[in-house]
Amino acid sequence: MLTHKDLLGIATLSREEIVEILDTADSFQEVSSRPIKKVPTLRGKTVINLFFEASTRTRTSFEIAGKRLSADVVNISASTSSVSKGETLIDTARTLDAMAADCVVVRHASSGAPKTLAGLTKASIVNGGDGAHEHPTQALLDAFTIRQRKKRLNDLKVAIIGDIAHSRVARSNVHLLTKFGSHVWLCSAPTLMPVEAKNLVGPENSQYLHVTHSMDEAIKDADVIMMLRVQFERMSESFFPSVREYFRYWGLTRQRVEKAKPDVIIMHPGPINRGVEIATDVADGPYSVILDQVTAGVAVRMSVLYLLLGSHGSTD
Amino acid sequence: MTLKLSYQLMKSTEVQSTLERLAGEILKANADRQVVLVGIHRRGVPMAQRMASTIAAMTQTEPQLGVLDINLYRDDLTRVAFQPVVRRTDVPPTIDDHDVILIDDVLYTGRTIRAALDALCDFGRMRSIQLAVMIDRGHRELPIEANFIGKKIATKSNEVVEVKLREIDGEDAIYVMEKPD
Repeated sequence: MLTHKDLLGIATLSREEIVEILDTADSFQEVSSRPIKKVPTLRGKTVINLFFEASTRTRTSFEIAGKRLSADVVNISASTSSVSKGETLIDTARTLDAMAADCVVVRHASSGAPKTLAGLTKASIVNGGDGAHEHPTQALLDAFTIRQRKKRLNDLKVAIIGDIAHSRVARSNVHLLTKFGSHVWLCSAPTLMPVEAKNLVGPENSQYLHVTHSMDEAIKDADVIMMLRVQFERMSESFFPSVREYFRYWGLTRQRVEKAKPDVIIMHPGPINRGVEIATDVADGPYSVILDQVTAGVAVRMSVLYLLLGSHGSTD
Repeated sequence: MTLKLSYQLMKSTEVQSTLERLAGEILKANADRQVVLVGIHRRGVPMAQRMASTIAAMTQTEPQLGVLDINLYRDDLTRVAFQPVVRRTDVPPTIDDHDVILIDDVLYTGRTIRAALDALCDFGRMRSIQLAVMIDRGHRELPIEANFIGKKIATKSNEVVEVKLREIDGEDAIYVMEKPD
């Protein structure tokens, strides 16, 4: 049973809690297929999306998830809020708490920002992505999609390829998949691989984590290939000579996909840079589940909001 | 909390014959109509399946089945300690203009049925909604009554009626249990 006030990361969740979130999401998928896509479950609850970084799918997905559960959803983006007048993150969060928000979804460029807020607010804090730390709902929707296709989360070979250094998605997925006993292969150019990559998980799960710079080694017999976007906006210096060279060495092409298992699925958290990390015919091809991930995102976020916004912690 | 057995209300054979009798009554009251049997999680679901096979044996046509989880429509979600487990809802898309038989094991306060009615109404406009229950134990808190009742009994409010079905519990039986003071 999920007893946390907040969802800050995958690292602090148990396998049982993850399974509970995914099972609940399974039931919530049906709501999105109804003629009237709404249930009254979270009537009278207020969910605030507090986004300090650009986002299309995460913010929209949380907004749709909240609305399908009848919560009132308010969106705040940093550029149009008092943040641009110099208000600190903590003051902004306290202000929202004073308005009796029940849940605040936070995206911030600094790792640990949601955790700071969680200690200061009565509202549940959901991490919508913090710096290069974690993006828990992305890993949960990835796991949901993998479980739907592969019917399991253990004993899989998952290749995560691309800009590992800047990727919170990679970190959350590493935590989740190794917890279930799947082998994760992190693969990128040496300049985009954190030095301590092998130590991302504790010693109990380190046997499941592998680091390589060879794309062929990562893809060979993989059940799942997860491509990551090259995050140009986080790069203050040059990490590779040119986009064309990057694509030649690290881009996912049809020829490379053929080295994976015949029933491989190809994932991408979006947004996609076509022709940088993934070829267009692969992104739109038969192995791609990129749009299934987006659909799963709504169900998983409904599940997270439902499980966090129970009354545990309140007095009655 | 452990419950103390007060008495056994029905044996296995009585459970099955009651379900068959209910199916017959539903069929009689809905002659020439298209009924959809919708079971409420959890024990309404196997009840609906068994009633459907009785109806199929009598009419040579299989009635449509649905399952309903009412947790998203509960009126006490802000009061329960932990969020209840949400199970799958699966209502046939053709439910409009059909006669829906809602099926549950025990009718008590009526609040589950209130939630089920709200849930069903989100799927369309049915020709009618009727209610079939195994046990009506009284103590209603809402103006809701069943159309088809297996057995009506008087209970005290510290008693619990436990309907056991072999699909879920491994046996068919109905017990009246008592909560210790």
